[in-house]
Amino acid sequence: MIELLLEPFSYDYMLRAIWVSALVGGACAFLSSYLMLKGWSLMGDALAHAVVPGVALAYLLSLPYAAGAFAAGILAALGMTFIRQQTKLREDTVIGLVFTTFFALGLLIVSINPTAVNVQTIILGNILAISDSDVVQVVIITVVSLGLLILKWKDLMVVFFDEGHARSIGLPVTGLKILFFTLLSACTVAALQTVGACLVIAMVVTPGATAYLLTDRFGRLVILSVTISVVTCALGAYISYFLDGATGGVIVTLHTLAFLAAFLAAPRHGLLAARRRTRLNAAAGGQG
Amino acid sequence: MSAAPLIAVNNVTVTYPNGHTAISDISFDLRAGTICGLVGVNGSGKSTLFKAIMGFVRPARGGIRLDGMDVRQALKSNLVAYVPQSEEVDWNFPVLVEDVVMMGRYGHMNMLRIPSAEDRRKVDEALARVGMSEYRKRQIGELSGGQKKRVFLARALAQEGKIILLDEPFTGVDVKTEAAIIDLMRQLRDEGCLMLVSTHNLGSVPDFCDEVVLINRILLAAGPMQTTFTEGNLARAFGGMLRHIRLEGGALHDDADPRRVTVITDDERPLVFYGQSEEQKIVAGNGAKEGRGEK
Ligand SMILES: Nc1ncnc2c1ncn2[C@@H]1O[C@H](COP(=O)(O)OP(=O)(O)OP(=O)(O)O)[C@@H](O)[C@H]1O
Ligand SMILES: [Mg+2]
Repeated sequence: MIELLLEPFSYDYMLRAIWVSALVGGACAFLSSYLMLKGWSLMGDALAHAVVPGVALAYLLSLPYAAGAFAAGILAALGMTFIRQQTKLREDTVIGLVFTTFFALGLLIVSINPTAVNVQTIILGNILAISDSDVVQVVIITVVSLGLLILKWKDLMVVFFDEGHARSIGLPVTGLKILFFTLLSACTVAALQTVGACLVIAMVVTPGATAYLLTDRFGRLVILSVTISVVTCALGAYISYFLDGATGGVIVTLHTLAFLAAFLAAPRHGLLAARRRTRLNAAAGGQG
Repeated sequence: MSAAPLIAVNNVTVTYPNGHTAISDISFDLRAGTICGLVGVNGSGKSTLFKAIMGFVRPARGGIRLDGMDVRQALKSNLVAYVPQSEEVDWNFPVLVEDVVMMGRYGHMNMLRIPSAEDRRKVDEALARVGMSEYRKRQIGELSGGQKKRVFLARALAQEGKIILLDEPFTGVDVKTEAAIIDLMRQLRDEGCLMLVSTHNLGSVPDFCDEVVLINRILLAAGPMQTTFTEGNLARAFGGMLRHIRLEGGALHDDADPRRVTVITDDERPLVFYGQSEEQKIVAGNGAKEGRGEK
């Protein structure tokens, strides 16, 4: 039994899948803490789909896929900002409009030029078969992102919480926003490899949402969110060994389980705690 | 005072990207140790003026200098504190009261924003000063309207800016909290701060302001309270939007006394003038406490 449980660790590709997933999970979770507070959660989804044409083109021109993905992500973000400024369309409409356009373009490129890139890899992810050069790209992206986030997390918090105040203390608000969306695009690209375009949204939404139920302080929220995500991603990659390859699905399912646990049992904002409080109040009211 | 003005607004015109010119050609100077009311109807450009002072919007023409510096420099040196309108704040954000107040200290910290003992002391002081110490561990959404206001005042205190901008600080606040806020502003004035306060609440303006700036897209009047906050200027600022109640002649006197009482109200605290037509005095900004011209 123990032998069976340890079996994944005897394969290099499994070990690699586990730590790469954990790294990506950590970076995405950090970003998710900010995203979900602004109601921008769908931005993650949008970016993940929008980078597809960039990846396809990059493979076609044999450039590093991260470069292509990144360029497409930035282009999409700029496109959304531009349309937002010029029209009165709502945010969700603009996001939907832009990301489906990019995604369709990506599919078109791939179908016309069946290159080395496997569409399925982009859409569903395939961490178990990740190539060495891709690992290098993912590691660079996530380590740089985490480093910058650790340096700037408080500044970003102020910008997200109260832009007026951020300005009044002399923070470069626009610069910090650009930094955030750049990191978001970069980490989305990294997450493509792990869980695929369809499920990236879970990586940049769920851990933050879970942590939000567990604490009222932003600093702790970030720590919880990152910890939960690192554990679920590593565990998910590990479990997927036994289930034969559905890594993205397993990881996201675990994320959801963590959320459900918090939803039920969180000390202050959980369902059970709320019930308990109501009962206590009712009892106290009955006596007094 | 002879010092250079803390806020110098010079022929400022702000045009939004949609082509709407919200304010044009506004000029006024304000010095340290002043509470200045910024008064105007909805859409007259009060918030726009604040945004210009904070560098949110760039004036199409004219310029703003804060303590002799341009806006960017002034913000970098922590000169300006901003108390936002309640509607602008995300009350569900996971921060505690003390976290928000600590944000006021960020400009004084190093790049990593790690608070020093001094920063903590300033936060404690600020919280004590607004009477919010016992709520310091509350999430900000779990407070009453007046308490919420006080948290952001405490943040401005902790920031120690010499200029404090307050956007509608009295909306959703009861009389007691309003009095507490006014009291605090007076203390700050005596410590040499300059406060610019936008408000609709005409009745309380003479209570706490030394100066007023009246705007309606253009500058209507600016200057000391007693000479600027007159019935004529207010009529220009508010047009037909205020209730005007005038008591004179037989309704007020049983002799030929030409003095009259004018009550101006926007349905909040009324503003009351008393006296002969051109030299009426404000008597009831503060509940007629000073009782000038009483009969
Ligand atoms: N972002 C914007 N883009 C375009 N026009 C704007 C924008 N913000 C404000 N305006 C316009 O500028 C004018 C002044 O608005 P502002 O918010 O400064 O008014 P205000 O005096 O603060 O009003 P209130 O008392 O309602 O707060 C209004 O006519 C408003 O429609
Ligand atoms: Mg306003």
